[in-house]
Amino acid sequence: MEIEQLEKVASQVRRDIVRMVHGCQSGHPGGSLGCTEILVALYFEQMKLNEENGKPVFDMNGQGEDLFFLSNGHISPVWYSVLAHRGYFEKSELATFRKLDSRLQGHPTTHEHLEGIRIASGSLGQGMSAAIGSALAKKLNKDDLTVFVLMGDGEQQEGQVWEAAMFAPHHEVDNLIAIIDLNGQQIDGPTLKVMNNRDLGKKYEAFGWEVISVEEGNDMTAVVKGLYEAKGRLGHGRPILILLHTGMGYGVDYMMGTHKWHGTAPNDDQLAVALAQLEETLGDY
Amino acid sequence: MKKYTFTEKKDTRSGFGAGMHVLGQQNPNVVALCADLVGSLKLEPFIKENPDRFVQCGISEANMIGVSAGLTIGGKIPFATTFANFATGRVYDQIRQSVAYSNKNVKICASHAGLTLGEDGATHQILEDLGMMKMLPGMTVINPCDYNQTKAATIAIADYEGPVYLRFGRPVIPVFTDADQKFEIGKAWMVNEGTDVSIFATGHMVWEAIQAGELLEAEGINAEIINIHTIKPLDEEAILKSVEKTGCAVTAEEHNRLGGLGDSVAQVLIKNKLVPQEYVAVDDSFGESGTPAQLMEKYGLTAKDIVAAAKRAISRK
Repeated sequence: MEIEQLEKVASQVRRDIVRMVHGCQSGHPGGSLGCTEILVALYFEQMKLNEENGKPVFDMNGQGEDLFFLSNGHISPVWYSVLAHRGYFEKSELATFRKLDSRLQGHPTTHEHLEGIRIASGSLGQGMSAAIGSALAKKLNKDDLTVFVLMGDGEQQEGQVWEAAMFAPHHEVDNLIAIIDLNGQQIDGPTLKVMNNRDLGKKYEAFGWEVISVEEGNDMTAVVKGLYEAKGRLGHGRPILILLHTGMGYGVDYMMGTHKWHGTAPNDDQLAVALAQLEETLGDY
Repeated sequence: MKKYTFTEKKDTRSGFGAGMHVLGQQNPNVVALCADLVGSLKLEPFIKENPDRFVQCGISEANMIGVSAGLTIGGKIPFATTFANFATGRVYDQIRQSVAYSNKNVKICASHAGLTLGEDGATHQILEDLGMMKMLPGMTVINPCDYNQTKAATIAIADYEGPVYLRFGRPVIPVFTDADQKFEIGKAWMVNEGTDVSIFATGHMVWEAIQAGELLEAEGINAEIINIHTIKPLDEEAILKSVEKTGCAVTAEEHNRLGGLGDSVAQVLIKNKLVPQEYVAVDDSFGESGTPAQLMEKYGLTAKDIVAAAKRAISRK
């Protein structure tokens, strides 16, 4: 897809995010907005998906297609919106986000059988392990497609992440691209102040990963280029890490660059201000 | 009363290893994972024949659970193996979110459960695992009684779709069940029919219950002994049918009295038929170092403890 078209999708996804979080007065807009480019680039440009008549066909095993895992499950709004626009389910369902009897739970789950989701996430630090497992299954099945996993930078404080980081190079899981959303923010403040997990790239390199940095994680051209570069390095015995520098709250001026909108919903006035900054390109749900 | 004899003693973990050996030959989707305890889990025959389907995880149990969950996406049947302590409490949140809530077809296979791990002491002797695992929605919890039954259970759970916790142990104990038995998940096994008291036992305590039955018989008490190898789903029908006849119950488990088989049986009785129940279990305590026999004696998990509990239950009828 052309960059301009991807950017149009991203604008609509951002509208969905703020409307979804406003609609239930809860959820996590900051990280969702910051990860809009990467999710759109993955689903609309990079990933090979099993499709029929232009629509993805969801199957839990996901053989013969690329797979995506969201480890930092609290940014579910961006994932739900991207899945809906990609055709996994009707976009009208986005209105049910975080409401009783919804398949769009606060954090993603397979429990309600929402198409596109293969494992629950929310309790942090677990997604990369699952992604590695599915990558190993692909190798056992002689399925040469790729597994992607997105994690937060605050999430790197979880010990299990480093168990997984040690495991993947040891077992030469070279069909895996992990992405860290480096927005520098977590609930209690800047990541550097809360728990300084400095030099993540060097840490991963020391563990045996190949590391790529995308400095402009909210620039669609840079994100698409970074993904292609990462994919080009697969298959040589090492997993690939993309350090994706993003801005928390990107796209809504008053939400940008602060942890204050990590898990806060906009009120009616704030919603109006946000929507005025985001063009409706594909039609609101 | 049926007499049970044995010609050899074996550890239930070796039954697991033997079951895995069979699965390695029969089911190409079975994958074994281990966290640096291959010898303890008796996985060598599986690994030798199926090196590509063994995943050494190192001492990283949390990651092992997550990798197992991921392997199911792609149709694999992962058997995640380590000591029971590290397979449950240490990784409870990983099991809860990535396996149980996500309904993944992961088999968590846990050796060295309970006091009979012995000399390593309380850090390794988990007595809370059945409770933790049975509280997870959708989790099947199995605690077989000897080598043959553990082997049969291992083979059976590969054909069952859904998360399973399979618990077994370290010490050698009598092999008294059939070598060619068919293991039915959730179906209690009638060890001995009786009329005076129902003894519901699980795991290593089944053999103790059989011995207790013989001691009681010598005193003119006719005990019914039932092997509850599946803690969840519990065979409520078998339990109720038995107490309808006997009018009282004893539960026997190598586990904390809080949250284990005893509490599961008590719930059934409270809801359906109030009869006296006595617990043979560890009395809300940690274990300690010692030989398995010494520990079972000290913590009240022997045949004579079951005999005493049976008499108490009968006296309360």
